Amino acid sequence: MSIRHSLLALLSQGPKYGFQLRQEFEASTGDVWPLNVGQVYTTLDRLERDGLAESDGVDADERQRNFRITSEGQEELSRWLRTPPDLTQPPRDELVIKILVASRVPDVDVYDVIQVHRRYLVQLMQQWTHLKEDEAHFDLAFALAVDAELYRLDAVVRWLDAADGRLRRAAFESPTDGTTPQPRLHRRMGAHR
Amino acid sequence: MSMLELRNVSKVYGQGATEVDAISNIDLSVDRGSLVAIMGPSGSGKSTLLTIAGSLETPTTGDVMIDGTNVVGMSRNDKARLRRRTVGYVFQDFNLLAGLTAVENVSLPLELDGVSMKVARAQGMSALDELGLADRADRFPDELSGGERQRVAIARAVVGERSLLLADEPSGALDSVNGEAVMRMILSACHGGVAALVVPHDAKLASWADRVVFLRDGRAVDETLPPQRPEELLDLGAANPSES
Repeated sequence: MSIRHSLLALLSQGPKYGFQLRQEFEASTGDVWPLNVGQVYTTLDRLERDGLAESDGVDADERQRNFRITSEGQEELSRWLRTPPDLTQPPRDELVIKILVASRVPDVDVYDVIQVHRRYLVQLMQQWTHLKEDEAHFDLAFALAVDAELYRLDAVVRWLDAADGRLRRAAFESPTDGTTPQPRLHRRMGAHR
Repeated sequence: MSMLELRNVSKVYGQGATEVDAISNIDLSVDRGSLVAIMGPSGSGKSTLLTIAGSLETPTTGDVMIDGTNVVGMSRNDKARLRRRTVGYVFQDFNLLAGLTAVENVSLPLELDGVSMKVARAQGMSALDELGLADRADRFPDELSGGERQRVAIARAVVGERSLLLADEPSGALDSVNGEAVMRMILSACHGGVAALVVPHDAKLASWADRVVFLRDGRAVDETLPPQRPEELLDLGAANPSES
């Protein structure tokens, strides 16, 4: 999970203070990923150092500083949202957070982001399937390992399909601009990072 | 030349207030030797696309070229003849005739097309043999397992000179091992020169295709890039575009 990009996503909605970012981050991720305020300010300092965000008054008390995203920050966020995560290791959480974040960032089509990842996953599955096409060199252990990877990736595609359907249904039932914080759910599922 | 080519094909059901666009402005081609899969949520137009590709339904607008011939506007008899000779269908529920043996089921379309019973049976046996079913030729469908029945249906779909195979969830009623065997067989038919357009029931089965086209609300919204070859996959991690 990238705190850095999640904070950029929140800043893309408008300028914000550090404490506000922490609250909104936790709300936007369904309270699954708690965040301490120190992490927020450390990350904001790095975003500022890298030119992705800026604040008024470098010398002011950090609680008084108001942060905003730069155009480089917008570009970096857009690039990150569309970059498929590393699926050679179990990366479900990163993909989930991208979809959660994409569903809330203004001017980002979440269905487009979902399709970018869906296509990438199917292409990856095509590559694995090609590896087991050759029956002449059939190796049971290899076939089982490839199947495990294909089932894992298939499950991720199914989740994307379900997320796609759920988001469309939610948009149909209560059309909003997608940026209103949802009711906070007290779910801390042990994903402390 | 493509074996199947859909040019700007749309299908509208109903009229006025009840009008529904089942598929809209679809451009799609399938070459001989190529396996193309269609993915999309239910109601996205996959089955409509397949029935139009097989000339079982007529599009509201657009052209459907099968082996270079536009089937839109063809007479019913001409279409039926083209279908018998060129197009094979595979469905989830096999659609084998219960009163005929495996080889009789496979050779039936040839006999309907005027081929003598003897020649049709020989070609039927050849198709079954290629799919490893020669020893099941004289069994009736209810004496075959689900996987064997679907293999008979595939043999029937590619028997003779038929070179366009259309399959709607051909593995839908099968377990994963038999489902994979069915896709492997369709791919094998493609390696023999058949063009196949398949609606698989999950991404695992779709991944057997050379190309996957994604449908959404009746439109082709995206498709996969040409697959990389195994020798390019030695380091899958390095091939991953993700940031670290």
